[in-house]
Amino acid sequence: MLIDHPLLGPRDASEFIYMGDAKLLNRPNWKSQNSKTKFLDYGYLRKNPAGVHKELWYHEQGDRSWLLVTRNTVTHEILKVELARDTKGK
Amino acid sequence: MKYSGFKVLWEGLKGNTGWKPLWRKPDPKKNYDIIIVGGGGHGLATAYYLAEKFKITNIAVVEKGWLGSGNIGRNTTIIRSNYLLPQNQPFYEFSLKLWENLEQELNYNSMVSQRGVLNIFHSDSQRDAFVRRGNAMLMSGADASLLGVDALKKLVPFLDFQNSRFPIKGGLWQPRGGTVRHDAVAWGYAKEADSRGVDIIENCETTNFLIKNGRCYGVETTKGVIKSKKVGVCVAGSSSQVMGKIGINLPIESHVLQAFVSEGLKPVIPGVITFGAGHFYVSQSNKGGLVFGGDIDGYNSYAQRGNLPVIEDVCEGGVALMPMIGRARLLRTWGGIMDMSMDGSPIIDKTKIRNLYFNGGWCYGGFKATPASGFCYAHLLATDKPHNDAKDFLFNRFERGRLIDEKGQGNQPNLH
Repeated sequence: MLIDHPLLGPRDASEFIYMGDAKLLNRPNWKSQNSKTKFLDYGYLRKNPAGVHKELWYHEQGDRSWLLVTRNTVTHEILKVELARDTKGK
Repeated sequence: MKYSGFKVLWEGLKGNTGWKPLWRKPDPKKNYDIIIVGGGGHGLATAYYLAEKFKITNIAVVEKGWLGSGNIGRNTTIIRSNYLLPQNQPFYEFSLKLWENLEQELNYNSMVSQRGVLNIFHSDSQRDAFVRRGNAMLMSGADASLLGVDALKKLVPFLDFQNSRFPIKGGLWQPRGGTVRHDAVAWGYAKEADSRGVDIIENCETTNFLIKNGRCYGVETTKGVIKSKKVGVCVAGSSSQVMGKIGINLPIESHVLQAFVSEGLKPVIPGVITFGAGHFYVSQSNKGGLVFGGDIDGYNSYAQRGNLPVIEDVCEGGVALMPMIGRARLLRTWGGIMDMSMDGSPIIDKTKIRNLYFNGGWCYGGFKATPASGFCYAHLLATDKPHNDAKDFLFNRFERGRLIDEKGQGNQPNLH
């Protein structure tokens, strides 16, 4: 797989480390009500879709940026690549 | 159908005209006591043990493809019980004991071959970790012994003992481990479950669950509605897809694991050998092909095929451990979808919907667990209580913080 890095252009996926579902960007507030349930969901429960999936890739062998990659888990086709810092909170 | 040496001889004389299909192809009835969703190894084993041990025979196994089309026919066929944690090890030892008697019990040749499993170590600290693991195995009643370099040189003289980066210091040896002809396991369980009255319904995909007032009372399938008192889901890599139909998110990611087989070679590898410094394990099939594998690709996938970097990594590991295979040609590679759980250990539990049960999260260790998984799932389905050897494989361990994390990697499924 080639990941089209927004700053560096197409890079081999083996330069990256897969860090999981992009829901990890939205960490619950520990002071919120039923934060225990929210952290269970945040830490452990996943939609795990067959199809389009938003996920985090960390460019360890490169510029150490975190990317938000939209990828099809059935075909391995990469649909969109963004810098995670640009998408945080959106 | 009963197999015996005499029957083989008799059929040989009759031109093999008397063999019959091993299971019927029934249409689904309207009502069952239990429906098992997923006709893989674990689902068929569950049906068999429900019928044999718990005397419940009004069962349907519904399978979306054909029997043995999933991971039961795609794995690297290794059986072993060399786990560390007290929540895991007794379960896998129970499984190995069931494997040892499987062929007699099912009257079917599954080619259970206890040729031994050898885990190589390469440093003093790794030796300490393997001694600890070996002791955990012995305490559960399994067999284990620590082999030094001299013993290894007799057993597996072809290893690269003087490898300058990863010199071989010894190995943890489990003689009762080995390999099994994997799809014959599915066929054997199917044959015996069918002969006890279990309906095995192939090409019948479960499209939804029938739920009313928080209770499950059947499934909708591509062959119509089937009602039952209890429903047990057992679908490995498709777990999130099936449970997602009723909005249940699982602590599971689906990942692709590749497996490899070389061209047929003369017998060279005596049992199962694993590399301690990279991820590589190998055995030799009865046809002579080297069957080997390594790490999962590491990203969510439902593709049943992987990518080249992992192929390269696995082959590098193999050549580092045993340079003699460097010129063997790769015949085939394929991929299977692993239900990677958040702590690397499985789940056999009730769900929050009454009468709906779940079995999954086997990561890439599901094959060796097949008999015990079926037995313990049958126990749960029949009695509503977890089997003693699977009593910790529960959903609530994640919220209670009681993870069963063999490798100590945390909630990162691609590291287990």
